[in-house]
Amino acid sequence: MPDRIKPTPADEAFRKELMAVLPHLRAFARGLSGRADFADDLVQEAAIKAWTARERYQPGTNMRAWTFAILRNHYLSELRRNKRQTNLDEGVAERMLVMDADQEGPLHLGDMETALQDLAPERREAVLLVGASGFSYEEAAEIAGCPIGTMKSRVARARADLAKQLNAEPELLAKHVG
Amino acid sequence: MLNQPNGRKHSGNVQGLRPDVRTSPGDGEPGWASGLRKLYNSVVEEPLPDSFQDLLKKLDDSDDA
Repeated sequence: MPDRIKPTPADEAFRKELMAVLPHLRAFARGLSGRADFADDLVQEAAIKAWTARERYQPGTNMRAWTFAILRNHYLSELRRNKRQTNLDEGVAERMLVMDADQEGPLHLGDMETALQDLAPERREAVLLVGASGFSYEEAAEIAGCPIGTMKSRVARARADLAKQLNAEPELLAKHVG
Repeated sequence: MLNQPNGRKHSGNVQGLRPDVRTSPGDGEPGWASGLRKLYNSVVEEPLPDSFQDLLKKLDDSDDA
Protein backbone atom coordinates (compact mmCIF):
# COMPACT_ATOMS: atom_id res chain seq x y z
CA MET A 1 0.00 0.00 0.00
CA PRO A 2 1.30 3.42 -0.85
CA ASP A 3 1.01 4.53 2.69
CA ARG A 4 1.53 8.19 3.36
CA ILE A 5 3.15 9.67 6.34
CA LYS A 6 1.64 7.89 9.30
CA PRO A 7 -0.86 10.07 11.07
CA THR A 8 -0.02 10.77 14.67
CA PRO A 9 -2.40 9.71 17.43
CA ALA A 10 -3.22 13.37 17.94
CA ASP A 11 -4.21 13.65 14.28
CA GLU A 12 -6.34 10.58 14.57
CA ALA A 13 -8.08 11.94 17.63
CA PHE A 14 -8.66 15.22 15.88
CA ARG A 15 -10.06 13.53 12.83
CA LYS A 16 -12.44 11.51 14.90
CA GLU A 17 -13.75 14.59 16.65
CA LEU A 18 -14.02 16.41 13.37
CA MET A 19 -16.00 13.61 11.79
CA ALA A 20 -18.31 13.58 14.76
CA VAL A 21 -19.29 17.22 14.33
CA LEU A 22 -19.99 16.93 10.60
CA PRO A 23 -23.73 16.32 11.05
CA HIS A 24 -23.98 19.45 13.15
CA LEU A 25 -22.01 21.44 10.64
CA ARG A 26 -24.37 20.26 7.93
CA ALA A 27 -27.39 21.39 9.91
CA PHE A 28 -25.88 24.77 10.61
CA ALA A 29 -24.78 25.26 7.01
CA ARG A 30 -28.18 24.20 5.72
CA GLY A 31 -29.87 26.67 8.00
CA LEU A 32 -27.53 29.46 7.05
CA SER A 33 -27.66 28.98 3.32
CA GLY A 34 -31.03 27.34 2.83
CA ARG A 35 -29.58 25.08 0.17
CA ALA A 36 -28.60 21.50 0.72
CA ASP A 37 -25.98 21.12 -2.00
CA PHE A 38 -24.30 24.40 -1.29
CA ALA A 39 -24.37 23.60 2.42
CA ASP A 40 -22.64 20.27 1.93
CA ASP A 41 -19.93 21.88 -0.15
CA LEU A 42 -19.43 24.40 2.60
CA VAL A 43 -19.14 21.69 5.20
CA GLN A 44 -16.56 19.74 3.24
CA GLU A 45 -14.51 22.81 2.57
CA ALA A 46 -14.73 23.89 6.17
CA ALA A 47 -13.71 20.42 7.32
CA ILE A 48 -10.62 20.59 5.16
CA LYS A 49 -9.80 24.02 6.49
CA ALA A 50 -10.22 22.74 10.02
CA TRP A 51 -7.98 19.80 9.28
CA THR A 52 -5.32 22.01 7.79
CA ALA A 53 -5.46 24.28 10.82
CA ARG A 54 -5.61 21.45 13.35
CA GLU A 55 -2.42 22.54 15.03
CA ARG A 56 -4.27 25.59 16.23
CA TYR A 57 -7.00 23.57 17.88
CA GLN A 58 -6.53 22.92 21.55
CA PRO A 59 -7.65 19.41 22.38
CA GLY A 60 -10.35 19.32 24.97
CA THR A 61 -11.84 22.65 23.94
CA ASN A 62 -15.07 22.92 22.03
CA MET A 63 -14.62 21.31 18.63
CA ARG A 64 -18.13 22.19 17.63
CA ALA A 65 -17.70 25.88 18.36
CA TRP A 66 -14.33 25.93 16.69
CA THR A 67 -15.52 24.32 13.48
CA PHE A 68 -18.73 26.35 13.41
CA ALA A 69 -16.65 29.50 13.39
CA ILE A 70 -14.59 28.16 10.51
CA LEU A 71 -17.69 27.20 8.58
CA ARG A 72 -19.32 30.53 9.21
CA ASN A 73 -16.33 32.52 8.04
CA HIS A 74 -16.01 30.35 4.99
CA TYR A 75 -19.69 30.82 4.22
CA LEU A 76 -19.36 34.59 4.43
CA SER A 77 -16.39 34.68 2.15
CA GLU A 78 -18.19 32.46 -0.35
CA LEU A 79 -21.15 34.80 -0.22
CA ARG A 80 -18.95 37.72 -0.94
CA ARG A 81 -17.30 35.85 -3.76
CA ASN A 82 -20.47 35.06 -5.63
CA LYS A 83 -22.88 37.47 -4.19
CA ARG A 84 -25.66 36.99 -6.65
CA GLN A 85 -26.40 33.38 -7.29
CA THR A 86 -26.18 32.11 -3.78
CA ASN A 87 -28.89 32.97 -1.48
CA LEU A 88 -32.06 34.39 -2.63
CA ASP A 89 -34.06 33.92 -5.73
CA GLU A 90 -33.79 30.31 -6.62
CA GLY A 91 -33.84 28.86 -3.13
CA VAL A 92 -36.83 30.82 -2.00
CA ALA A 93 -38.80 30.00 -5.10
CA GLU A 94 -38.14 26.32 -4.71
CA ARG A 95 -39.24 26.29 -1.15
CA MET A 96 -42.43 28.13 -1.94
CA LEU A 97 -43.33 25.45 -4.42
CA VAL A 98 -42.69 22.70 -1.96
CA MET A 99 -44.75 24.50 0.61
CA ASP A 100 -47.79 24.70 -1.60
CA ALA A 101 -47.67 21.03 -2.33
CA ASP A 102 -47.66 20.10 1.27
CA GLN A 103 -49.86 22.23 3.41
CA GLU A 104 -51.40 20.73 6.48
CA GLY A 105 -50.93 20.73 10.17
CA PRO A 106 -50.04 23.66 12.35
CA LEU A 107 -46.39 24.16 11.61
CA HIS A 108 -44.48 22.75 8.73
CA LEU A 109 -40.80 22.42 8.53
CA GLY A 110 -41.21 24.01 5.13
CA ASP A 111 -42.82 27.06 6.70
CA MET A 112 -40.17 27.13 9.32
CA GLU A 113 -37.48 26.97 6.71
CA THR A 114 -39.03 29.76 4.70
CA ALA A 115 -39.37 31.92 7.76
CA LEU A 116 -35.80 31.20 8.67
CA GLN A 117 -34.54 32.18 5.27
CA ASP A 118 -36.54 35.40 5.40
CA LEU A 119 -34.67 36.55 8.47
CA ALA A 120 -31.86 39.04 8.20
CA PRO A 121 -28.69 36.96 7.85
CA GLU A 122 -27.17 37.90 11.18
CA ARG A 123 -30.42 37.12 12.97
CA ARG A 124 -30.70 33.82 11.19
CA GLU A 125 -27.20 32.94 12.23
CA ALA A 126 -27.93 33.97 15.82
CA VAL A 127 -31.09 31.95 16.18
CA LEU A 128 -29.47 28.94 14.56
CA LEU A 129 -26.57 29.04 16.96
CA VAL A 130 -28.53 29.63 20.13
CA GLY A 131 -32.03 28.41 19.41
CA ALA A 132 -31.28 25.39 17.26
CA SER A 133 -27.74 24.36 17.91
CA GLY A 134 -27.81 24.97 21.64
CA PHE A 135 -24.79 27.18 22.03
CA SER A 136 -24.71 29.60 24.93
CA TYR A 137 -24.91 33.29 24.08
CA GLU A 138 -21.28 33.53 25.00
CA GLU A 139 -20.19 30.76 22.66
CA ALA A 140 -22.41 32.05 19.89
CA ALA A 141 -20.97 35.54 20.26
CA GLU A 142 -17.52 34.12 19.96
CA ILE A 143 -18.38 32.13 16.87
CA ALA A 144 -19.94 35.15 15.20
CA GLY A 145 -17.22 37.47 16.40
CA CYS A 146 -19.55 39.94 18.06
CA PRO A 147 -20.19 41.17 21.61
CA ILE A 148 -22.43 39.04 23.74
CA GLY A 149 -25.02 41.81 24.03
CA THR A 150 -25.25 42.03 20.27
CA MET A 151 -25.77 38.30 20.08
CA LYS A 152 -28.56 38.48 22.62
CA SER A 153 -30.40 41.18 20.81
CA ARG A 154 -30.00 39.40 17.48
CA VAL A 155 -31.49 36.26 18.95
CA ALA A 156 -34.34 38.22 20.51
CA ARG A 157 -35.12 39.93 17.23
CA ALA A 158 -34.92 36.71 15.30
CA ARG A 159 -37.36 35.11 17.71
CA ALA A 160 -39.75 38.02 17.39
CA ASP A 161 -39.50 37.91 13.59
CA LEU A 162 -40.13 34.20 13.51
CA ALA A 163 -43.05 34.40 15.87
CA LYS A 164 -44.60 37.16 13.83
CA GLN A 165 -44.10 35.49 10.52
CA LEU A 166 -45.19 32.05 11.54
CA ASN A 167 -48.28 33.36 13.21
CA ALA A 168 -49.17 35.46 10.22
CA GLU A 169 -48.66 32.58 7.86
CA PRO A 170 -52.08 30.91 7.90
CA GLU A 171 -53.87 34.13 7.03
CA LEU A 172 -51.49 34.93 4.27
CA LEU A 173 -51.88 31.49 2.84
CA ALA A 174 -55.63 31.62 3.09
CA LYS A 175 -55.62 34.84 1.13
CA HIS A 176 -53.41 33.43 -1.55
CA VAL A 177 -55.27 30.20 -1.90
CA GLY A 178 -58.80 31.49 -1.52
CA MET B 1 -9.92 40.27 31.79
CA LEU B 2 -13.04 42.22 32.55
CA ASN B 3 -14.94 39.62 34.41
CA GLN B 4 -13.43 36.62 35.96
CA PRO B 5 -15.43 33.46 35.87
CA ASN B 6 -16.19 33.40 39.55
CA GLY B 7 -15.88 37.04 40.34
CA ARG B 8 -18.91 39.14 41.01
CA LYS B 9 -19.62 41.91 38.70
CA HIS B 10 -21.03 45.16 39.87
CA SER B 11 -22.74 46.46 36.85
CA GLY B 12 -26.35 45.71 36.11
CA ASN B 13 -26.16 42.68 33.93
CA VAL B 14 -24.89 39.99 36.24
CA GLN B 15 -27.11 37.22 35.09
CA GLY B 16 -25.81 37.59 31.55
CA LEU B 17 -23.75 34.45 31.50
CA ARG B 18 -25.73 32.15 33.69
CA PRO B 19 -26.20 28.90 31.86
CA ASP B 20 -29.73 28.44 33.09
CA VAL B 21 -30.88 31.49 31.19
CA ARG B 22 -29.35 30.53 27.98
CA THR B 23 -31.54 28.72 25.53
CA SER B 24 -35.12 29.16 26.50
CA PRO B 25 -36.54 32.64 26.81
CA GLY B 26 -39.21 31.63 29.25
CA ASP B 27 -41.28 28.82 30.55
CA GLY B 28 -43.70 28.35 27.71
CA GLU B 29 -41.81 27.75 24.54
CA PRO B 30 -43.59 28.80 21.38
CA GLY B 31 -44.27 26.12 18.81
CA TRP B 32 -41.94 27.49 16.23
CA ALA B 33 -39.02 27.21 18.63
CA SER B 34 -39.35 23.46 18.73
CA GLY B 35 -40.01 23.57 15.00
CA LEU B 36 -36.68 25.23 14.54
CA ARG B 37 -34.92 22.57 16.52
CA LYS B 38 -36.81 19.89 14.68
CA LEU B 39 -35.70 21.34 11.40
CA TYR B 40 -32.15 21.47 12.60
CA ASN B 41 -32.16 18.01 14.10
CA SER B 42 -33.68 16.53 10.99
CA VAL B 43 -30.48 17.49 9.21
CA VAL B 44 -28.24 16.36 12.05
CA GLU B 45 -29.87 12.95 11.92
CA GLU B 46 -29.54 12.50 8.18
CA PRO B 47 -26.88 9.99 7.23
CA LEU B 48 -23.92 11.68 5.64
CA PRO B 49 -24.29 11.76 1.88
CA ASP B 50 -21.93 9.74 -0.26
CA SER B 51 -19.99 12.80 -1.22
CA PHE B 52 -18.58 12.75 2.27
CA GLN B 53 -16.93 9.40 1.73
CA ASP B 54 -14.12 11.10 -0.08
CA LEU B 55 -13.58 13.57 2.66
CA LEU B 56 -11.26 11.31 4.59
CA LYS B 57 -9.13 10.90 1.53
CA LYS B 58 -9.12 14.62 0.95
CA LEU B 59 -7.97 15.17 4.49
CA ASP B 60 -5.05 12.89 3.89
CA ASP B 61 -4.24 14.47 0.58
CA SER B 62 -4.21 17.93 2.01
CA ASP B 63 -1.18 16.88 4.01
CA ASP B 64 0.90 16.10 1.00
CA ALA B 65 2.13 19.58 0.43
